[in-house]
Amino acid sequence: MKPRALVIGAGIVGAACAAELARAGFAVVVLEAAHPSAGATACGMGHVVAMDDSEAQLELTRTSRSLWEELLPELPENIEATRAGTLWVAADDEELAAVHAKHAYYLTRGVNAEIHDQHSLRSLEPHLAPDLIGALRVPDDLVVYPPCAAAWLLALSGAELRVGLAVERAEARRVLLHGGVALEGDLVVVAAGEHSLPLVSPALPLHGIKPRKGHLVITDRAPGFAQHQIVELGYLKSAHSHDGSSVAFNLQPRPNGQVLLGSSRQYDRTSDEVEPAMLRRMLERAFRYMPKLRALPAIRAWTGRRAATHDHLPLIGKVGAEGPWLAAGHEGLGITTSLGTARLLSSLIAGTTPPFDPRPFDPQRLCAEASHG
Amino acid sequence: MRELACDLLVVGAGPAGIAAACAAAERGKKVLVLDENPGAGGQIWRAGTHAPPRAAEPWLARFRASGAELRSGCAVVEGDAARQTLWAQDAEGLLRTRAESIVLATGARELFLPFPGWTLPGVLGAGGLQALAKSGWPVRGKKIGVAGSGPLLLAVAAWLVEHGAHVAFVAEQAPLGRLARFAASLAFQPRKLAQLAALRWKLRGVPQLFSSWPVRANGRAHIDSVELATDGEPQGFLVDALAVGFGLVPETALAEQLGCALDASGAVAVDAEQRTNVERIYAAGEPTGIGGVENALLQGELAGASAAGDARAAHTFARRAARARRFGRALERAFALREELREMPDDDTIVCRCEDVRWDAARELDSARETKLQTRCGMGPCQGRVCQPALHFLKGGRADRRRPPLLPLTLGELAELAADRTTLEHETSR
Ligand SMILES: Cc1cc2nc3c(=O)[nH]c(=O)nc-3n(C[C@H](O)[C@H](O)[C@H](O)COP(=O)(O)OP(=O)(O)OC[C@H]3O[C@@H](n4cnc5c(N)ncnc54)[C@H](O)[C@@H]3O)c2cc1C
Ligand SMILES: Cc1cc2nc3c(=O)[nH]c(=O)nc-3n(C[C@H](O)[C@H](O)[C@H](O)COP(=O)(O)OP(=O)(O)OC[C@H]3O[C@@H](n4cnc5c(N)ncnc54)[C@H](O)[C@@H]3O)c2cc1C
Repeated sequence: MKPRALVIGAGIVGAACAAELARAGFAVVVLEAAHPSAGATACGMGHVVAMDDSEAQLELTRTSRSLWEELLPELPENIEATRAGTLWVAADDEELAAVHAKHAYYLTRGVNAEIHDQHSLRSLEPHLAPDLIGALRVPDDLVVYPPCAAAWLLALSGAELRVGLAVERAEARRVLLHGGVALEGDLVVVAAGEHSLPLVSPALPLHGIKPRKGHLVITDRAPGFAQHQIVELGYLKSAHSHDGSSVAFNLQPRPNGQVLLGSSRQYDRTSDEVEPAMLRRMLERAFRYMPKLRALPAIRAWTGRRAATHDHLPLIGKVGAEGPWLAAGHEGLGITTSLGTARLLSSLIAGTTPPFDPRPFDPQRLCAEASHG
Repeated sequence: MRELACDLLVVGAGPAGIAAACAAAERGKKVLVLDENPGAGGQIWRAGTHAPPRAAEPWLARFRASGAELRSGCAVVEGDAARQTLWAQDAEGLLRTRAESIVLATGARELFLPFPGWTLPGVLGAGGLQALAKSGWPVRGKKIGVAGSGPLLLAVAAWLVEHGAHVAFVAEQAPLGRLARFAASLAFQPRKLAQLAALRWKLRGVPQLFSSWPVRANGRAHIDSVELATDGEPQGFLVDALAVGFGLVPETALAEQLGCALDASGAVAVDAEQRTNVERIYAAGEPTGIGGVENALLQGELAGASAAGDARAAHTFARRAARARRFGRALERAFALREELREMPDDDTIVCRCEDVRWDAARELDSARETKLQTRCGMGPCQGRVCQPALHFLKGGRADRRRPPLLPLTLGELAELAADRTTLEHETSR
């Protein structure tokens, strides 16, 4: 009989883990409190992107992106996978210098990238403000539609999906449901996004994952308005200020011609309402980069929550010696990094050589962080 | 931004809104009524190329004399309940309106249920067809079928007959027995019975079918015939157009955006004086449950009197309104939709017109919410105004919550609105 794996959470990370564990020979059961993609996976942008805020982040995102790349020929149409590429646009000399630095770094790490000057930028994306002075184009970045991607991974895994089951505690070989009901397995993976740590506390500090709210707006169809996922390089400066909120221009052309606009970042927000002040800032920021956006019809604004850790890296690995496995805290990159996360986790479980250095992702680092205050 | 201030803001100039506006204005309040459509009257009293019905005249006259101000072509796009402020959009752009109290009289929407062929040109909503005809679409001499459920069907059919159409049939999904019991319960309401008799008289000679619903609309570029199942028996009719409507659903979008709680049936919950759970916000008419014109007028008058601080008048109206509400509930039960209607769509039937979603993509999904996420059903420009009530009936649950904007705005307008909301928040927090 196959060994049995219990995966908690049917977001993209749980789905990817289920698919990977099934491939490794487990019979997988996925336990989901609501329904597949009930959490962050339904709210985010689905930009599959190489990111280099840290060496570890680049390893994880680069590996993940090539796993998506391998799947491309198999992905059904409803996942809307496109090789849109990313344009990192520079507004001033400092950001242009960052373009060059990023370019050099990406080339050493085998990530394709090319520099565009003011002129060629205009021909790539005519609606960009004319005063933007250059950009880095990363042609192999992708765009997917996350809820369908998660559903496809779940189906691929052949996992038994049990919905409407909220797990209260996760242990190494057992999960406890409401009312003291227990389910046993040969291993347990917690992939419940921002709700993961309560299932394993106090082995890990509860506040090791903080929700970080983001706003998005989608327009009606405007085919041809933009070709690339376009992100301001100021992102690097604004995105990670731990205090206070920030906005950054981030635009995604959907394959059907809609334009999805992000985004904002705020900690400590309990309400998931759209906040006028944030929405205004985010839109004004977008208009500065693409003035013609003003005329597009907006059909819906919403918010989502990213599960953020103190060092902006996900928690992938075993909780202590006696705990379950954990795959959570993917902040604004979980669609991208779901596949790399699952690959790493499965190699840790099997005891095989990991695809990249696992140490920066070890959940135990939360304990060290907590004791440092 | 332009700003208008008044004592009472009324959203919607249908019967409920008109009654609320009259009641408050006649008690000396400064009243502003906003309606996205041209002219007063709402769904049933709106005049087009045809004159408004006679029943409307006294009310429209009273409204004109009341001193309430009407702004037509003015759609409310957002609200801030804590600051009694609504933002609206008219031909000149965005407008900020503020008031002591607000009455939401936003009416109802038709419920469309998908069946094979329902997206063919010539298949129209019952109310939609009437509105189209009022604005000049010729019905004279046309062969028109009327199908679906509810008292609106008879009213629309009678109207069509009066305007020279040839009504091929009226197909009501509810069983005759259930409706007969309902009619019997009207014995003590002679006016309602008289109305029913008048409708029946106008429709003499028109086949009235019960336990009957459309199985398929046929035609190439336009509907030319329709197949019904009546008591399980197939029946075909040649038609030039088909008017369908499976009843009405309360229009609660603005109420929800303002934070008003809904009851179990999905209508805005109100107390005996039409107050919602949000302070100084009232709801009147169909948003609180489908109940017809008289119900809407009573609730409107009650809300207006209560908002104007006339407790005594409010008290008298409250008793009559409670009776009207009971009638509304009985009506709902009599015309409750039958299970079989869930089997109407086939694999190729489109369930979401904006996003071109076919039923085979949605059939197996568990809930309205998952259907939206997995198929894009309801994600298009109409934001599910058409397909979400249908999906709710077909699958259960809600697909999503209200999110801004209530109506499509340009990103520029959305930013302007957000900026004005922020300004107002700052002004009032100081
Ligand atoms: C505004 C925004 C933009 C984003 N943009 C991008 C982007 O462009 N690219 C990118 O790669 N990523 C992006 N992300 C991030 C990405 O969406 C998330 O990192 C990712 O969806 C996380 O997936 P998850 O499976 O870990 O969590 P979730 O999707 O939150 O899934 C967790 C699941 O666990 C279930 N659950 C919770 N508690 C329990 C319990 N006790 N028992 C059982 N089940 C439980 C939940 O119901 C949920 O279904 C964005 C996020 C946001 C908010
Ligand atoms: C790449 C991408 C593209 C998208 N494109 C579009 C698009 O084109 N158009 C579009 O409209 N959306 C689009 N979406 C957004 C998506 O459908 C949702 O808007 C998103 O999941 C989050 O929105 P929300 O927070 O408004 O939650 P909602 O989607 O509104 O979900 C709210 C939840 O609350 C529950 N709920 C709400 N009200 C009630 C109530 N009264 N009673 C009980 N339960 C209630 C619902 O059941 C639901 O589970 C897109 C999302 C992505 C990831």
